Amino acid sequence: MAHARPIATTRSATGIPTPRLAVWWILASEVVIFGGLLGVYIMHRIGHPEWAEAASHTQTWIGAINTFVLLTSSFTCVLAHQAAEKGNGKEAAKLLGFTILGALMFLMIKSYEWTTEIIAGYTITANTFWSFYYTAAGLHALHVIAGAIIMGFIAVDAFRGRELHRVEIIGIYWHFVDVVWIFLFPLLYIAK
Amino acid sequence: MADTVADVHQHEAHGHGDHHHDQSWVSKYLLSTDHKIIGMQYMFTGMFMAVIGGYMAYVFRMQLAFPGISVPGFGQVSPGEYNALITNHGSIMIFWVAMPVLIAAFGNFLIPLMIGADDMVFPRINRLSFQVFFLSSVVLLISLFVEGGGFGGAWTSYPPLSASGDYNQTELGATLWLSAVALEFVAFLLGGINFITTLMNSRAPGMKAYDIPLVCWMIVIASILFMLSVGPLIAGAVMLLFDQTLNTGFYDPARGGDPILWQHLFWFFGHPEVYVVLLPAIGITVDVMATFARKKIFGYKMVLYTAVATGVLSFFVWAHHQFIAGIDPRMANVFTITTLLISVPIAEMLFVMIATLYGGSIRLTTPMLWALAFMAEFLIGGVTGIFLGASGADIYFHDTYFVLAHFHYTFFPIAIIGSFCAFTYWFPKMFGKMMNDTLGKIHFWGTIIPFNFIFIPLFVLGMGGQHRRIYNFQHFPEIAGPEYFQLRQLATIALLVMLAFQLVFFYNVIMSWMRGEKAGKNPWKANTLEWTTESPPPHGNWPVDELPTVYRGPYEYGHPDREEDYWPQNLPG
Repeated sequence: MAHARPIATTRSATGIPTPRLAVWWILASEVVIFGGLLGVYIMHRIGHPEWAEAASHTQTWIGAINTFVLLTSSFTCVLAHQAAEKGNGKEAAKLLGFTILGALMFLMIKSYEWTTEIIAGYTITANTFWSFYYTAAGLHALHVIAGAIIMGFIAVDAFRGRELHRVEIIGIYWHFVDVVWIFLFPLLYIAK
Repeated sequence: MADTVADVHQHEAHGHGDHHHDQSWVSKYLLSTDHKIIGMQYMFTGMFMAVIGGYMAYVFRMQLAFPGISVPGFGQVSPGEYNALITNHGSIMIFWVAMPVLIAAFGNFLIPLMIGADDMVFPRINRLSFQVFFLSSVVLLISLFVEGGGFGGAWTSYPPLSASGDYNQTELGATLWLSAVALEFVAFLLGGINFITTLMNSRAPGMKAYDIPLVCWMIVIASILFMLSVGPLIAGAVMLLFDQTLNTGFYDPARGGDPILWQHLFWFFGHPEVYVVLLPAIGITVDVMATFARKKIFGYKMVLYTAVATGVLSFFVWAHHQFIAGIDPRMANVFTITTLLISVPIAEMLFVMIATLYGGSIRLTTPMLWALAFMAEFLIGGVTGIFLGASGADIYFHDTYFVLAHFHYTFFPIAIIGSFCAFTYWFPKMFGKMMNDTLGKIHFWGTIIPFNFIFIPLFVLGMGGQHRRIYNFQHFPEIAGPEYFQLRQLATIALLVMLAFQLVFFYNVIMSWMRGEKAGKNPWKANTLEWTTESPPPHGNWPVDELPTVYRGPYEYGHPDREEDYWPQNLPG
């Protein structure tokens, strides 16, 4: 495939490989999206102490388990990167598979959590706290889904020993998804 | 799809010279990953949208000057239609004309050529960017024809008006409008990442940071500004979409929300957006001025640093749009100061332009006329901005025609004059033909003179206290004196004249394209790398083994040691 790329893609005037450079810029744009949303949420939360009552109905234990699941999936992602560095595509693919499993588990737990909450009447329109809760966590969940799908493609390639450098790129993105959750968890669950 | 792209490139690597005669028309022009074709796609989509935006201006200006008449080509304008027309005129001219033409079209066409690369670093993401953009244009146009009509809550889309169909009466139109804007943002994020990484990594060997032509720098700085300012608005747009469709209360104070929040999120993006489109226009005019003054730019680094300073400051001025929105007066003081400060770097750029012209051997070609007009007209826009940036004066001017005239004196030079400047300058490179200079000058004067006759009367109307969102001034007899009506009619007639002169432009483009004089590689005797390849450049821009190497900066005109007055970047020695 290398010959298929334009010469522009193979150049590296900064010394940083182009895909890595691009993923960092993507993360920069994501940081301002989530930063804007969470900044707005924090300002509103400070202005509305009564939201603590609504927040007390979030299920901290489920959030904690999900934090653990997501962190573990990041760990297997790091191991996948290590394997890819050594040129072991099959091992990298297996470890990326574990990461995808982690993502699926995260989403399943999330679905269970949301189902119980919606049944209990805490829907997105219940009050503005819940609107923020579903919007922020939903936007994050979309990133989990997108990351898992892309990771699937990369794992298939890695299994065939191709494009191993992409394992690192998806890893950087996956850590970002993880970090966003690290901000969401205390803001939406722990702060009562 | 991946395979077809791979095949195309394989083909390129093996047989340069024969230019893909085996490709179908569709894969060559519609699904191409070539940066030049994508640039053209953006350009022609932008031009098409400009025609629609211009038509809208014609319809509502007719309604303002001659209330209640049946506008030829439209019919009677109802209040709802009037609102939809002004809203979509603004949205189209900014999001679907200024951005695609100045940033996407010229960014795509120029960046790889000017830095000596064969394409963008991610050609397929580039194509995806255009496809998303095209989809956004289609969604916007559809939103004009759905039940209830197009969205009429102004391009700023303030809630609560925009948040509920009960208020704006255009439930579907509002949602589609918002979706179209969101898709447009996605397209420009994809394109922007491509521009930034291409400029950072794919420069020709020898091209250092200060050897990059300023227009490339400006487009990339603009892309970074866009990326960093649009994020909170994307979050805000999702919230507004939920307010519209799921009935949440993010912007509803009765339910713990805050309508002013949208204004903050919108203008935190909306003001940097002004500089997102301004910087590429400045880059274009500076480049053109250096070529036609046959002189090195007076302060290359000055322009670059002031652009960065403008970018940083532009994040701290947004609340000057909200002086009467009930914000804290102490905050208004802070934003007055930052707003007045931001005119300093912009003024420095204009001084650099003047100093570049001073003592040059100026050639008044059509692109040079556009560049000079940019400087003169933008100056008026900038100076009237000082009035509005000062909160004391702004309280009286807010939402009058003075504001409207001010931002048209900034956006018209940026989006229209800047685009014509770039288009007439790079037309020979894009199509391999020279444009007719006489017709170009007729079009130039036919645009610039009526433009001033449109907006100077509007300054006067604004100072007379005329509110800018009134459908029919006859409903307000106390501010509808005959002298005001004459000024409004003058503005409308000038608009008709200006629109008529655009036919000269289209005629000129088509005739020059079909039977213009052949341009040759470097008709303007310019230094930058795009002039070292064929016109129009082939796929891959240069033969694979002849990609240029750079030895000097882009503006070495009139060097004392050389016989010729220009010194292309790629010549050794």
